[in-house]
Amino acid sequence: MEILGILIPVSLFLGGIGLLAFVWAMKTRQFDDPEGDANRILTKDYDDHPKP
Amino acid sequence: MSVAGPVDPGEMGGGGISACPACVAAPSAARIAAEAAAHRDARLILSLPQAHCAVCISTVEHAMMAVPGVKSARVNLTLKRVSVEAESQVTAADLVQAAAGVGYEAHELDPGLLSATETDRQGRDLLMRLGVAFFSMMNVMLLSVAVWSGAEGVTRDLFHWISASIALPTVVFSGQPFFKSAWRSLRAGRLGMDVPISLALILASSISLFETWASGHHAYFDAAVMLTFFLLLGRYLDHRTRAVARSAAEELAALEVPRAVVLRDGQEVTVSISDVIVGELVRVRPGGRMPVDGVIVDGTSEIDRSVLTGESLPVYGGPGGVVSAGEVNLTGPLTLRVTAAGKDSSLHRMADLVAVAESARTKYTSLAERAAAWYSPLVHLLSFSAFGFWMWKTGGDLRYAVNISAAVLIITCPCALGLAVPAVVTSASGRLFRKGLLIKDGTALERLAEVDVVVFDKTGTLTMGAPQPTNLADHPGPAVEVALALAGASSHPLAMALAEAARAAGIKPARVEDIREVPGYGIEGQWKGQRVRLGRAGWCGGQALDVTATYLCTGDGKPRAFTFADRLRPGAEQAVADLRRQGMAVRLISGDVEGAVRDLAGRLGIDDWVAGALPAEKAALVAELTGQGHRVLMVGDGLNDTAALAAAHVSISPASALDAARVASDIVLLGQDMAVIGDAVRISRQSTRRIRENFGISALYNVVAVPLALVGMATPLAAALAMSLSSITVSLNALRLK
Repeated sequence: MEILGILIPVSLFLGGIGLLAFVWAMKTRQFDDPEGDANRILTKDYDDHPKP
Repeated sequence: MSVAGPVDPGEMGGGGISACPACVAAPSAARIAAEAAAHRDARLILSLPQAHCAVCISTVEHAMMAVPGVKSARVNLTLKRVSVEAESQVTAADLVQAAAGVGYEAHELDPGLLSATETDRQGRDLLMRLGVAFFSMMNVMLLSVAVWSGAEGVTRDLFHWISASIALPTVVFSGQPFFKSAWRSLRAGRLGMDVPISLALILASSISLFETWASGHHAYFDAAVMLTFFLLLGRYLDHRTRAVARSAAEELAALEVPRAVVLRDGQEVTVSISDVIVGELVRVRPGGRMPVDGVIVDGTSEIDRSVLTGESLPVYGGPGGVVSAGEVNLTGPLTLRVTAAGKDSSLHRMADLVAVAESARTKYTSLAERAAAWYSPLVHLLSFSAFGFWMWKTGGDLRYAVNISAAVLIITCPCALGLAVPAVVTSASGRLFRKGLLIKDGTALERLAEVDVVVFDKTGTLTMGAPQPTNLADHPGPAVEVALALAGASSHPLAMALAEAARAAGIKPARVEDIREVPGYGIEGQWKGQRVRLGRAGWCGGQALDVTATYLCTGDGKPRAFTFADRLRPGAEQAVADLRRQGMAVRLISGDVEGAVRDLAGRLGIDDWVAGALPAEKAALVAELTGQGHRVLMVGDGLNDTAALAAAHVSISPASALDAARVASDIVLLGQDMAVIGDAVRISRQSTRRIRENFGISALYNVVAVPLALVGMATPLAAALAMSLSSITVSLNALRLK
């Protein structure tokens, strides 16, 4: 059962990374224009005006 | 302000969050801020209804960047808008032209009315709490599985302690919307849905912490976070629905940028309507809407007053004539001396009428509020009586009694109830939005389902406000040829309709010379040496008929009348037929003259019609029907309908309606087609049925689970199962909506 002492922190840590990624995506407004972002990767011109 | 639907103080389904008074006040604050910012660097927002693809993005952005003075342009494809940062000399007209140059229709939006920021912030806040709750629900659930499958002794305590360290911060952070709203309703002396929720969260967390500390068997951490997650999901869905509706309604309002052309020191200056002062001279070009109330000092024209009175026949306007804000100038340029502007104009006085009608509208209690009204006291009663009973039964075992009472609160807690309404409303309004109907008010769907009488306005609602000639074939060939030659030279709506129909019939214009338009009267010219005129009856020396008509006089005999009927809105016939089939009485009430109304009522087969109704009479009719116990659906667009729209049980207005009418109505018809109204009623009835079914489903789960909890047999596993199963069932049931 000692393995639990390693596995539980590891799983919490990995979950935490996911949560932080989500919080970061929220803070940087990644969900403002989902449709536009999906389409923008198809354009050829370099996006030199990324959102602030 | 665009969205002023009745504020829903309900505690369930997110009422406590998105219905805060600050949200309603926010747009005006944002507007002031935007106006202040406008002086430094212009931020222009255009609506791009046709944008749909990757190429559109780069084409439009490049076109905007090519306009001198533009610093940056960014297309938002989800909202179909482009926002442009530019130096202050760049005007929206330049950008609209640039967009048109690359083949995209664009409309200026008033950035002050697009207060997306406040709603955005709230939405992000909720989403963040939802994300945290999801994370900890998953982790705690995994740890709980170990406990359920029989972890013993130290291992179980370890798992409980880890669960506690995850769950407690989550409940404190993610549960805040419920705690705040519960506190608000307690201070107002009410027991909303959020009071039992908060109580359950707090009780479950604290009893679990105590049990963990005392090495007990049962901890409800998983139930507490799951409860938080599912209820927040309901809140978030509800918020999304409202946010979508609000932003679409704001976009409609922002499309009308209120400006007036004022003559100052002999110069024409374009200013905001709020800056126009009484006594100033305002220029109104043909085709423009009167921005203010005033008296005509220069110019003659014909004036379309249909949005104010419902009259489809334009009236003459010359020097000394009085015009009201909202009327449309048809033929000649006019100069007005302002008698009332902004808040004092008749447009705004009509808005006061709406306020009166709205205060008279009995506050609708939604299904959710009704459910909460008997549900909350019952839950508290059950929990406390369980506590009391077990205290007595066990001879004062406080720990056991509190455990039971927490279990009862958790089991009965309205996970499914919190999802039951938002899931259905989100699903239904999403479906209707794709059909072209915008649901502005949260309870509008429920109210629409109860309707049994439908009252239609005529001009602009059932008809397009676009005339078409009805008796072209009755006139001899040469007369029509002359009429076509004259009509082709004018931009008056009747003349344009006449010319279009005559050309479509393959008629060639006669040779008419010296054609000139006399604004306010008609068009005249020389035909075979005779003076010919097409225009008003009086100008032609004839008697006016009681239907919309223009008159042709060629010098010999009586003037010939070309009569017109308003073109029906597409789907109007189908909508009326659909509503009839669903067992509703259909009535027509119009401010127009009797002939035109009789004609239209005959075409649609409506027997019950009223012509020449004043705005107050329309509202009175709606109030009378309501008094007889009917639930009235009012469909109208004009300013003369606003009071009736506000007085009706539920109301619909087309997107072409005046802002005041759209504000007063609960549902906005975004497209041209009216046939969706029949669909809307069907969907609303279906969704009310789904909501009731969902209440039934969650009640069923409670009936099974509550006795278990009361006798002390509810384990955390049973609570988790009941909660997730009922939540999933109600969500799936909501998605069954067709």
